[in-house]
Amino acid sequence: MKFTLKIWRQQGPHDAGRLVDYETEEVSPDMSFLEMLDGVNQRLILKGEDPVAFEHDCREGICGSCSLVINGVPHGPERGMATCQLYMRRFSGGDVITIEPWRARAFPIVKDLVVDRSALDRLMQAGGYISVNTGGAVDGNVLLIGKEQAETAMDAASCIGCGACVAACKNASATLFVAAKIAHLGTVPQGKPERARRVAAMMEAMDREGFGVCGNQYECEAVCPKRISTRFIAVLNREYLRAGLVEAGSPGKPDPLQAESD
Amino acid sequence: MTLDPKIPPGPLETKWDRRRFTERLVSPGNKRRLNIIVVGTGLAGASAASTLGQLGYQVECFCSQDSPRRAHSIAAQGGINAAKNYQDDGDSVARLFYDTLKGGDFRSREANVYRLAQVSTQIIDQCVALGVPFAREYGGQLANRSFGGVQVARTFYCRGQTGQQLLLGAYSALCWQIERGQVTMRPRTEMLDLIVIDGHARGIVVRDLVTGRITAHMAQAVVLATGGYGNVYYRSTNASSCNVTATFRAWKHGAAFANPCFTQIHPTAIPPVDTHQAKLTLMSESLRNDGRLWVPIAPADRRLPEEIPLSERDYFLERRYPRFGNLVPRDVASRAVKAMCDEGRGVGPGGHGVYLDFADVIERQGLGVVQERYGNLFEMYQRITGEDAYRVPMRIYPAPHYTMGGLWVDYNLMSTIPGLFVIGEANFADHGANRLGASSLMQGLADGYFILPYTMGHYLASAPPSPSAEEQRASCAAVERVTGQVANLLRANGRRTAASFHREVGKILWDHCGMARSRTGLTGALEAIPALREEFWRDVAVPGSGEAFNQELEYAGRVADFLEFAELLCHDALHREESCGAHFREEYQTTDGEPQRDDDRFAHVAAWEYRRKESPVLHKEPLVFEFVQPTTRSYQ
Repeated sequence: MKFTLKIWRQQGPHDAGRLVDYETEEVSPDMSFLEMLDGVNQRLILKGEDPVAFEHDCREGICGSCSLVINGVPHGPERGMATCQLYMRRFSGGDVITIEPWRARAFPIVKDLVVDRSALDRLMQAGGYISVNTGGAVDGNVLLIGKEQAETAMDAASCIGCGACVAACKNASATLFVAAKIAHLGTVPQGKPERARRVAAMMEAMDREGFGVCGNQYECEAVCPKRISTRFIAVLNREYLRAGLVEAGSPGKPDPLQAESD
Repeated sequence: MTLDPKIPPGPLETKWDRRRFTERLVSPGNKRRLNIIVVGTGLAGASAASTLGQLGYQVECFCSQDSPRRAHSIAAQGGINAAKNYQDDGDSVARLFYDTLKGGDFRSREANVYRLAQVSTQIIDQCVALGVPFAREYGGQLANRSFGGVQVARTFYCRGQTGQQLLLGAYSALCWQIERGQVTMRPRTEMLDLIVIDGHARGIVVRDLVTGRITAHMAQAVVLATGGYGNVYYRSTNASSCNVTATFRAWKHGAAFANPCFTQIHPTAIPPVDTHQAKLTLMSESLRNDGRLWVPIAPADRRLPEEIPLSERDYFLERRYPRFGNLVPRDVASRAVKAMCDEGRGVGPGGHGVYLDFADVIERQGLGVVQERYGNLFEMYQRITGEDAYRVPMRIYPAPHYTMGGLWVDYNLMSTIPGLFVIGEANFADHGANRLGASSLMQGLADGYFILPYTMGHYLASAPPSPSAEEQRASCAAVERVTGQVANLLRANGRRTAASFHREVGKILWDHCGMARSRTGLTGALEAIPALREEFWRDVAVPGSGEAFNQELEYAGRVADFLEFAELLCHDALHREESCGAHFREEYQTTDGEPQRDDDRFAHVAAWEYRRKESPVLHKEPLVFEFVQPTTRSYQ
C-alpha cells in the first residue's frame, strides 16, 4: 500500500505552520502508523531534509506520549486506542491521510506535531495526589475496599494523560482529565480527607492554565484511548458542588473531618 | 579500584536494621541546605525524588520525557511481588529472599536480596496509602496472583497496568513535592555527562531538548535512576527513548559497570513482522498462569493450530519442567522456546514463534473470567496482529526486555564514585543473572522509597564540602566537553541514518550475545563492533542543528553510546565461562541442554573499569554465601 500524507510542519511556537504533502513508500498493512512515519523520516534524513517531529515512546498505548490528530480525529479512526496502537491495515492503499498536532490554547506547539503538555502536569501538582509521607503506612489490608469500588477507581485511574480529550474538545477543556483524577482519588477511602481541597485546587488550576469549560458534548470520551467515561464528569461536578458547600460551612477554617468523610 | 560492598556484619535478618542505626543522620536544618540531583523519573527516580524532597532536601529532578509520568516503568504490566503472605500459602520474607536468590542463579548478594524481601511488604502499604487501586477480592482484601519461578501467589496487581498505577502513585507524590517547592522538575532534559570534583560526584551536564542549550547543574550528590540498556539490541520491549547514555558516561568517569552480560530475554513477546520494526510488544508473564505453551510435534507442520490434535502437540514446558510447568522463570522459558524453533517446530512466519493457548482455561473457567483477568492484553494482541486470541492461540517469541547488569553499587546503593548513587534497573544489585517476574517494580520502589533516602543521609553527613572555585572550573570544562560531542555528531554529514547503525549493532548482539553465546561468536562480535563504530562516526547522517529541538540528534547520541557499550557487553559475556541465569554459553551445558554453572570460578560480580583507548579492566567482587548454599537451579 502507498499513501499520501498531509503533515503539519511548524518550526517553532511562534512560526507559521502549514500542511506539506509527502508520499510514502510501500507500506505493509501490519505496520503501525508510527512505523510508517518512521519510514518517511528515514527517507527525509537521507535526502538531507528535516524529519517530521512527533512524540512517541512506549509504543504500546500506555505512556501517553503519542499525540496525533489523524484525519481530524485525535488518535485517529479507531475507538479506545492511542495513535501508537493504530495499524495501517485500518487504511486503504491510496488514501490521503492528514496528520496534525493537538490544538489547544493550553498546549503550545514545540515543533511540527509536538506540543507542550506541561499544563497537565501543573493540574496534577495543584492537587492530584494524596499527601502522605513515605513510611509509616498502615497494612494494605487494614483498609477494606470492595471489589467494585476498586474497579471503579481503576477505571478512572487508567488515564494516560495524553491530552486527546483536550484536543477533541471545542473548548479545549481538560474536564475529563481532571474528572478522572478526582473520581479515582475520591472513590478510595485514602483520598477522602483531602477531597474538597483537591477538587477546588484542580478546577482553579484548569482555569489558570487556559483550558476551557466543559460543553457537555462528550467528544472527549469518544477519543479517549482508555475509554474514560464522562460519568466521571458527573462525579467531578458533584464533588465540586460538595466542596463549595463544605467550604461555605466553615469559612476560613480547615474543613472538619466530619464534613470531609461523606 | 577497590570494590567494598560495605555489607553490615551480623545475622541476615538484622543487617538492615543495624545499618540504619549506625548510619549518620543529617539534621532537618541542614537538609534544607543540601541539593540532590535525581536523573530519571521512573519508579525508582520518582519515589526517590519525592521521598528526598519530603525529608527536606532540595531536589532537582530531570527526565527526558515531556512529563515525569511517562517514564518507561509505566509500561510494566503484570505486577509487584511482596512477602505479605495474605494467601497463607507458605510465603515469608525468607521465601521471597530464597526465590529471588535462586531465580538469579546465585549471582547476587545475599544481604541485598534479603533487604529487598524485607522492605517489599512496606511498599504495598505505601502504595495503598497513595491511592494505588490494586485489585481486590469481593471482601475488600488485596488480591494476588502467581508469577514465574515461584510456588506461592505473592504478586499484587492493577489489571495488566500495574507499572502504570505504581508510577502514577510515585508521580503523584512527586507532584506534591513539586508543589511544595522541595523538588524542581526539569522535563525534556537529557543528562550527557557527570561532573566529578576531587573524586566526588558533584553535578551533571544536561541538554535542554527543546532549546538545545547545554548547562551544568551542581549538587552535593547525584542519583542515577535512568533504567536499563535493553535497547542496545535495537529490537526490544523497551520504549524507544530508553538508553544507556547516563550510566555509560558515568562509567567513563570511573563508576564500575557490573555484569553487563546479564540481559533478560523475555519469552512472551509478539513476534516482529518487519525488519525495520524496533518495538516488540510484551505479553505479560501473568498470561502463563493460565496459558499453555505448545508447538507441533512434527517439524514444519503448517496446519492451523485447531487442526492439530492433542496427540500431535508438544506442551514443551510442561514436559520438560513438570514441577513448574508453564511458570518456569523467564530465562528457562526463553531458551526452551528458542530450542523448539531451532528444531524447526516454530510456528508462524519464518517459524519464529510458539503458541500460547488459552483454550483450556476458557473451557474450564469460562470466557468471562479470562476476559476479566487479561482483557487488555488480549485487546492489545488483537490490535497488533489482527487475531482474536480468545479463538486462536497467541503466537509469541522471546524479546530483550530487562537488564540485570548495571552500574556497580555497594549495599548503600553508592557506585565506585563517592556521591554517585544508582537505583532501580540502572544498578546491578539484586537480580543476579536473571530477574523473576514482578520483581523489577519491587526493586525500583524499594530503592527509591525505602533504601536510598536512608543511605544518602549517611553520605551527606560525612562528605567533604565542595570548593566553589573548583566547581566553576569543572562545570565550564564539562559543558565545553559535551558541546564538542554534540558538534561531532552533526559534523559527519554522512549517508547512513543512526537507525541503520542501531539495527546493525543490535543484530550482532542478538546473534552472538543474545539467548546463546559462544567464544567464537563473541570474538567475532568484538571485531565487528569497533569497525561498525568507526563507520558510524564517518558516515552517520544527522540533520538540523544542536541549538534546537532535534529528535534525530538525541537518538544519534544514544546510538553512539550503544556502539561502545555493546563491546563491554561482549567482553563480559566472553569472560564468564559458565552458563548461569540469562547468560547461556553454548560450551557450558549438560547433555540435555541445561546450563552448567561454575561456582568455583565465577561466583563473583564482574565489575568493569573504563580505560581510555584500552580494553576495560575486570575487577571481581566475590559472592559469599553465608546463609544459603547455592544449589543447581532446577525447575524440573
